Amino acid sequence: MTSADAAPGPSGTPDVWRATDAGSREPRARRLRALVVAVLVASLAVGCSTSSAGGTGGGTSAAGGSTVTVLAAASLSEAFSDLAGRFESEHPGVRVRVSFGSSSKLAQQVAQGAPADLVALAGTTVLAQLPEEAQDPARRTIVARNVLEVATPPDDAAGVSGLADLARPDVAVVLCVETAPCGSAADEVLGRAGVTPNVVSREVDVRSTLAKIALGEADAAIVYHSDVVTAKGRVRGVPIPAALNTTLDYPLVRLTDDVHPAAFAALVSSPAGEAVLVDAGFLAP
Amino acid sequence: MSIDSRPASAGVASPLRSRTSLIVPAAVGVALVVVPLTALLLRADWAALPQHLAAPTVWPAVRLSLVTTTTTVLISLLVGTPLAWLLARATGRAATWLRAVLTVPLVLPPVVGGVALLLAYGRNGVVGAPLDEILGVTIPFTPVAVVLAEVFVAMPFYVVAVEGAMRQVDRRYDALAATLGASPWHTFARVAVPLATPGIAAGAALAWARALGEFGATITFAGNFVGTTQTAPLAVYTALEQDPEAAIALSVVMLTVSVVVLGALRGRWVR
Amino acid sequence: MAGTSGGREGLDAHVVATRGTFGVDVTVRAAPGEVLAVLGPNGSGKTTVLHALAGLLPLEEGHVHVGGRTWAGPQHALDPASRRTGLLLADHLLFPHLTAAGNVGFGPRARGMPGTAVAERVTTELAALGIADLADRRPGGLSHGQAQRVALARALATDPHLLLLDEPLAALDPATRTDVRATLAHRLAAYDGVTVLVTHDPLDALTLADRLVFLESGRVVQEGTPSEVVDRPRSRYVAQVVGLNLYAGNATAVDTVLTALGPVVTPGFAHVGATWVAFAPSAVSLFPERPEGSPRNTWPLTVAAVELLGRLARVRLVDGAGHPVVAEVTAASVTALRLHPGTTVWAAVKASEVTAYPA
Repeated sequence: MTSADAAPGPSGTPDVWRATDAGSREPRARRLRALVVAVLVASLAVGCSTSSAGGTGGGTSAAGGSTVTVLAAASLSEAFSDLAGRFESEHPGVRVRVSFGSSSKLAQQVAQGAPADLVALAGTTVLAQLPEEAQDPARRTIVARNVLEVATPPDDAAGVSGLADLARPDVAVVLCVETAPCGSAADEVLGRAGVTPNVVSREVDVRSTLAKIALGEADAAIVYHSDVVTAKGRVRGVPIPAALNTTLDYPLVRLTDDVHPAAFAALVSSPAGEAVLVDAGFLAP
Repeated sequence: MSIDSRPASAGVASPLRSRTSLIVPAAVGVALVVVPLTALLLRADWAALPQHLAAPTVWPAVRLSLVTTTTTVLISLLVGTPLAWLLARATGRAATWLRAVLTVPLVLPPVVGGVALLLAYGRNGVVGAPLDEILGVTIPFTPVAVVLAEVFVAMPFYVVAVEGAMRQVDRRYDALAATLGASPWHTFARVAVPLATPGIAAGAALAWARALGEFGATITFAGNFVGTTQTAPLAVYTALEQDPEAAIALSVVMLTVSVVVLGALRGRWVR
Repeated sequence: MAGTSGGREGLDAHVVATRGTFGVDVTVRAAPGEVLAVLGPNGSGKTTVLHALAGLLPLEEGHVHVGGRTWAGPQHALDPASRRTGLLLADHLLFPHLTAAGNVGFGPRARGMPGTAVAERVTTELAALGIADLADRRPGGLSHGQAQRVALARALATDPHLLLLDEPLAALDPATRTDVRATLAHRLAAYDGVTVLVTHDPLDALTLADRLVFLESGRVVQEGTPSEVVDRPRSRYVAQVVGLNLYAGNATAVDTVLTALGPVVTPGFAHVGATWVAFAPSAVSLFPERPEGSPRNTWPLTVAAVELLGRLARVRLVDGAGHPVVAEVTAASVTALRLHPGTTVWAAVKASEVTAYPA
């Protein structure tokens, strides 16, 4: 009961108001470091999401008997998925892994040593990018052919009835990037028709080109006839006259000499395989 | 660039030296990062670097990247800073939710972000459709779309960094400033911002770096056209198919820029 | 000094507020120029009252009138920025990115004063506190005492009608505290607004304040001038602050009050009923045996603790039921009486040393 008890403490209020500790640097540094890590993680995510067509080879031995690794042009997605399923049911114990992408990207991957057994390309021009031994004509078979077609959204708000409409400034046109076969072929067709379109984007492969039309973001695109067929009503096709059109041959190149890849190649070339490809909008070879 | 090169405090023996069993996995970890970076540097044709960088698609891509990333940082500063301040001072459920929502782009695959942006600002998008119909403005395939994509992925980094810095600002300063007659805006501008400047600079640098590297959302939402939407990463991706040397040259430039940004962060703001 | 009724132009506040689960209900009044010290143990609500006056904490009920204006009432409340208050805390809280002059000028600038006027005001205010030479220093380059003076200058630079000091000297070392206390006393003498000083330290209260208000558990337990309070504490906390032994009791007959310690003889006290009994620790004498002689109050007690304060010793004792008594004796008698915890002694207080007053 004396004043000695009343020693003044430094502060009397255990408040939130007082609680914040000014200037402690450590948590901030830690937070920033975490952010840097997050940046890197995010960049990784970019890598993953954009190279869905890239991850070939993996851990399995490509040349091994039980797995057939196939790289195929994006336009072959539906047909080859179907054929891979058939092959697996006919050859129990054998797995077929198919990776799809733009043909030039696939050719590049093979050139860089991606462990694939077969590669199916859209057009023969990209063959030149393959390693020399794979360029041997004996190693390839033409399995399908494709022609180009103009695609528009189903409602065709811009009123596109032919190639000539692509020259209209109000028609936003999407093409494949020049390096992809669908892109160089489209340029070829447009050149032949003397049409200079209002190109708003050059997409990395034919499927992303088609997606921009299906989403209604652009008014017209030049894609493969097979893509219009497989899009099943999500886009509308406008044929290109044969005189202006380009026909692409689809070579299937055997990169290894194993039994199962050869068997798969045979299935693709068989009447059954041809039927699947024709159903998917390709022309028979 | 190793981020965690803490000063090896004098006199303390490095625990790594005595733990051989740790060195192997650690070395693998280092290799996983260093090998690709080294490969990039080894494969680069240094003598021809200037020539490759003179390729017709390189400069438009670099210029577009510089313009859009700078715009992204400016937008982050203008709207992200007040947002970070409000969040730093907010309490309660709504703030917690808002913070969580703003963090989503940090972990979302950028392609998904691109799809979301298309659904919002695309020609048939929630916002894009009325814009297109009423004003005749379309956003996809324009540099505006690039900026929107970059802001979407990069601004959250800025907000998180700045909110962290602003939380460190003693709340009693707010109260004191108020008793001195400062309006909330005055307190924000004259107290919170100056005190959080290092965090703001770090956040801006992070956001800029993230925007510079942005690929997935951009290619999905903005498209890929030289000069309007083909940013440096898109140019690298596109060039890789036809002109790998140019792609490598551009990659080296971007690697250099990233290292410089990280170095600046490390030296000044990340201790 | 002006009495408690001069509220019209000074401070007249009735603060009813809650912070967490803790509520306060306190009335404070002060005339212009007056310094009102608010004392109380930790958690008694001192700072809550201060924050409510500043507008940092909303009132649930009551009002705050300052200088004839209503800052808070049943209908409306001004936000902190619209009140004319100056706030000084234990921690100087100078804005680290601004110089001393920048800190002092912050308020005037925030209130829209033009630049040249701000510079003038800053110079005057710093000079008034004798720190004009520190104008260009940043807080990092100031000592604690200097920083606290700059913070005081900042609080006063807006010409507040109400100056709120929250433990302004608590964070300073003893030597600096004395210096800053002197500066504060000097500056407050020239200040014509109302000052509310929250403190733990009785010395601050007694040297700086014109009137004291004691809070416990969010209520006023006593208020008055320093001398009124020192002479007649009315709660254990107040007694502790002013350094007295205090017991509540009941005066049953003339000259005798029944307390927890037993009957206490208080000559000449005629009141009957509830009564406070107080005596100073220095009035308590300790003996090994029960002392004889003149009218004394004596109790057998046990030593609980002994502290040495220079040549004096403070001895804490308890009776059989645990009621405390503090005695102040010479260090020599600690040895002579072998005082250590557990020792039983007799304590005696002369009847003439006991003060009794109605509760």
